[in-house]
Amino acid sequence: MSDDLIIAVLMVFMALTGVAIARLHNLFAVVMLTGIFSLLGAAAYVVLDAVDVAFTEAAVGAGVSTVLMLGTLALTNSEEKPAPPKNMLAALAVVGITGAVLIYGTLDMPHFGDPNAPIHHHVAPRYLNDSGTEIGLPNVVTSVLASYRGYDTLGETFVVFTAAAGVLAILGRVRRPKRRDERAQTTEQTSGGGKS
Amino acid sequence: MNQLMKEKIVLRVISKFLIPYILLFALYVQWHGDFGPGGGFQAGVIFAAGFILYALIFGVNTVREVIPAYATRALLAIGVLTYALVGVASILMGGKFLDYNVLAHEPTHGQHIGILLVELGVGITVASAMITIFCTFAGRAEDKEEDAET
Amino acid sequence: MSLDFPGLFNYWLIIILMMIGFYIVIAHGNLVKKIVGLNVFQVSVFLLYITMGKVEGGTAPILADGIEVYSNPLPHVLILTAIVVGVATTALGLALVVRIKETYTTIEEDEIDAMENQG
Repeated sequence: MSDDLIIAVLMVFMALTGVAIARLHNLFAVVMLTGIFSLLGAAAYVVLDAVDVAFTEAAVGAGVSTVLMLGTLALTNSEEKPAPPKNMLAALAVVGITGAVLIYGTLDMPHFGDPNAPIHHHVAPRYLNDSGTEIGLPNVVTSVLASYRGYDTLGETFVVFTAAAGVLAILGRVRRPKRRDERAQTTEQTSGGGKS
Repeated sequence: MNQLMKEKIVLRVISKFLIPYILLFALYVQWHGDFGPGGGFQAGVIFAAGFILYALIFGVNTVREVIPAYATRALLAIGVLTYALVGVASILMGGKFLDYNVLAHEPTHGQHIGILLVELGVGITVASAMITIFCTFAGRAEDKEEDAET
Repeated sequence: MSLDFPGLFNYWLIIILMMIGFYIVIAHGNLVKKIVGLNVFQVSVFLLYITMGKVEGGTAPILADGIEVYSNPLPHVLILTAIVVGVATTALGLALVVRIKETYTTIEEDEIDAMENQG
């Protein structure tokens, strides 16, 4: 019961953060709130027994993703146009209809935490029971990720490689490496000039 | 803000103190992914975070002297190739692609070796990808500053 | 369809979070804010999957002596992959936004549309 209360409180905080993200115009504050949103999500994952996922979400969502967005803000301007979105009612209508349809879809789902739900009865018991003897590692998530479903993880590594190659192709610039005395000259000009 | 970040003494001292522990923790998470939460992805991101912290305080050019551009490009490819070559090694030893049972004299041993090498490949790729992406963004910002001055 | 608490209440809260993210994506014209909305949407979808995998009275799926009931590890594996792919697409999207800013000198969608229709 107390677990459910913690999860409900965290999700209410996440909803408040989401509404704040929607309404703020200063993009720096929006990026910081996104980091907070990911961190609250990571806390919710821990309470839901997903410790590997929480680790990854905290490192990736609240760490690297925030830094990359701040880097983008440094390269673009940092204010959104202060006018309210002009098709707000149409957007709210679409969002409301989608939400209603999704809630109607969840009425068939098994209750939260139900051990008789169908997803717990096909492949998962086999992995949990046989992972100890076939592979011998305590962490079942690692053994499923790297051994039982290793082919998918190979594809995912390719995706990460492609993303880095894509960013290099879009933003990489070939410049000649500056000599040390040239670099020291420009650094003197930067710090001595007193930019405000 | 008329002072470069590396001249602020608190930032400089604390970051130099913390970065070795960040890298050590990343290695711990990498190798102990079998016994607790962790594994290749988390370790790669934490390892990159150490280098990104160094780049934030001391500048992208300084971190590029530690890890030059050709090194991150090579490590990106080496990580993926490690993973794929473990699969090919399984074929050469008589099993199917990515079948770790045939890599050693008994199946669980082979699984351990296979998972270790595979997670290492993933960790190397993720770390170099994050460092590459960050240094590309930051290098672009420095180029813009220099072009604006000249 | 009995509504004993919390029953399906968690799923409805998560759907509200998803709809907030969806609204941010479709209602705002600033490109960086759209990417932020996409991240909010992603985190909520992951929360939905992890909530489906939880078993009452279970613990984290790390084998230990004396523990009988574990939570389902399969959604965890799927979401681990999805998080990493999500950050890869976010990085590519942000790189494209930087190039758009350099070409059009603005990142508001309607101003870019106006420039495209003129020229």
